[in-house]
Amino acid sequence: MNAVTLYGLCGAALVGLGLYGLIVNPQPLRKILSFNLVGSGVFLLFGVVARRGAAFEMGGDPVPQALVITGIVVAFSATALAVALLLRLHDATGSASLAAPEPPAKPDV
Amino acid sequence: MSMSAAGIPAVTTAGGFLLVLALVLPLLGVLAALTLGGRNARRVAMLAIPLGLVLAAAAGIELMHSGQALVYVLGGWAPPLGIALRADGLSVVMLLTTALILLAVAVYGQADFQMPAGVDEARAPFMFWTLLLAVWGALNALFLAGDLFTLYVALELLTFAGVPLVSLGGSPETVQAALRYLLFALLGSVLYMLGAVLLYGTYGTLDIALLAERVRPVPAVIAAAALMTVGLLAKTALFPLHLWLPPAHAGAPAAASAVLSALVVKGSWFLVVRLWFDVMPGVVTLPAAQLLAALGTSAIVVGSVVALRQERLKLLVAYSTMAQIGYLFLMFPLAFDPAGNAPVHGAALDGGLLQVVSHATAKAGMFMAAGLIYAALGHDRIADLAGVARAMPVTVLAFALAGLALMGVVPSGAYLAKKLMLDAADGSGQWWWMIVLQGGAAFTAGYVVLVLVSVMRSRPGPLPLVKRVSRLSELAALALSMSSLLLAFSALGPVPGNLLANPFAPKELGTLLAVVLGGALLALGLSRRSLFATAQLAAGADGGLLRRSAVVVGEAFELADRVIRRWQFASMSLLMLVALVGGLLIFGAPA
Repeated sequence: MNAVTLYGLCGAALVGLGLYGLIVNPQPLRKILSFNLVGSGVFLLFGVVARRGAAFEMGGDPVPQALVITGIVVAFSATALAVALLLRLHDATGSASLAAPEPPAKPDV
Repeated sequence: MSMSAAGIPAVTTAGGFLLVLALVLPLLGVLAALTLGGRNARRVAMLAIPLGLVLAAAAGIELMHSGQALVYVLGGWAPPLGIALRADGLSVVMLLTTALILLAVAVYGQADFQMPAGVDEARAPFMFWTLLLAVWGALNALFLAGDLFTLYVALELLTFAGVPLVSLGGSPETVQAALRYLLFALLGSVLYMLGAVLLYGTYGTLDIALLAERVRPVPAVIAAAALMTVGLLAKTALFPLHLWLPPAHAGAPAAASAVLSALVVKGSWFLVVRLWFDVMPGVVTLPAAQLLAALGTSAIVVGSVVALRQERLKLLVAYSTMAQIGYLFLMFPLAFDPAGNAPVHGAALDGGLLQVVSHATAKAGMFMAAGLIYAALGHDRIADLAGVARAMPVTVLAFALAGLALMGVVPSGAYLAKKLMLDAADGSGQWWWMIVLQGGAAFTAGYVVLVLVSVMRSRPGPLPLVKRVSRLSELAALALSMSSLLLAFSALGPVPGNLLANPFAPKELGTLLAVVLGGALLALGLSRRSLFATAQLAAGADGGLLRRSAVVVGEAFELADRVIRRWQFASMSLLMLVALVGGLLIFGAPA
């Protein structure tokens, strides 16, 4: 196994762990962290791609690195927005839950 | 009407600077609104949006004049190293539609989002105008971007501008709806991003025109296609990934709901179209397209039935949006070439595009009308709407015209779209989509009839109004509904003229009658409260039994919708859809 494959597998594992957390964990904060984990996995894969894509004498393809930096900025903004909403929700209700509201009472026909 | 993005040389064309202006104007507006603040946010928006409409029109004229897509190569760096902005027919139609709808929304929002007297800056009005400009900028970027990564950034910008619009009211329910929307949208966009990484790893570029020449159905590309398509479906809220849409769209202020329903969900739909038609037409397969259309059909049925079961008007309109999103995906299997190898730019895509424009205008008009009713009554309980038609005739007319336009009544854009797609279905022998196209209208008619009957009931005594609504807002809603209803005329130029030959032929009128009758029957059977108290009495015991069984069906749909909208269920559906689409791309490829 060479370094590229190892990094690739690490990226895949991060994506898998993050997806698991995002789906299974009911707490919004954990979901936000899981999203960041998935994001990190994807960025790591992008890094691997950059290494593999270095066809010429360069150490790596610079384009993915520029894209990853942009991606990190986007993920950071998403996290900030999500945390802000979460704090607001917690301030208003005293708890932070994503559970859908109770279904309406049985209707009269 | 539309042109392929492939095979365009990467040099700036005449009029290419229009694309830069269309991109920069809204974002400059956001900056100006943020820095000038207070009352100026509204002035900036009112100045920028008409200007943007002129820009979009200019780009359209330039496109028709030159007959080829407009291109602007940023900084003179050609792709793959640099990035290009491109506008083909598809982009220009969307640019124009967006600017038009935003203009109507801005006029509508004048009354609701005025700074209160004596206050320098209030949060809701200031944020509304700023976010309106931000949504616009993100959409324009989405329509003009020439590479998949810029598209990713635009998609995220659109979400970041759309989510706060949901919670503009600030109540805990809307904040929760916004958070659910954001988290699910992020799940979708991370899948899109993963697909983009795989494409870059395979071909070393994300430029649409370059990719179109290079992609082959190899495993990495198939995985990318499945991930990106399904990730975008989550953002579009196609059934069964619609968990976030009803609470988000119903909870937002009406002007914001109109933007979210008419434009924001269409952004990610547009990107699916770009991927399928322009980036990887040789990779996607007919069976995968059939799956998209099947999901769309489920959306129409479930969304319409659950809409009929709602007690509140805004939730009804939100579920109707979910159903209308389904229509937008019926176009995919119809757009394949006769051999079934690849989707092609043609009549079916024109039909789909026409459908998007007519849905966007009609749905915005409908949400605005619903918002006016809510504002005037202080509630939107469908059971208590009696007397509204007499008190607010213009608003009810706007709602009715929007409903007719959605049903596809002559001469609405939806009618022409249906015609184009029926022709395509007939031509390719896919008769089952003809049934959906014809029958779907009856489902739409169902909830429109329900609302119209409710507002037209007479009320003993005067209707208690808590507020007089602004006449300007009513006219904005009416203008949008009218434009959707008359859209077929404006689209006549590029479309074969014989399609509208005799709109009042007995056959057409018969279809309309069948649609309305079918809708009335659906509303009679499935609505939460019985539609006509007298009709039930006259129908006697048999009617009672029928009605009871119909109610059981309705409740079953509601229950199914609640289960599907649970977080775990929806996110597992998302992953399974990725696998399913991937499988259909591998095994559905023509031999």
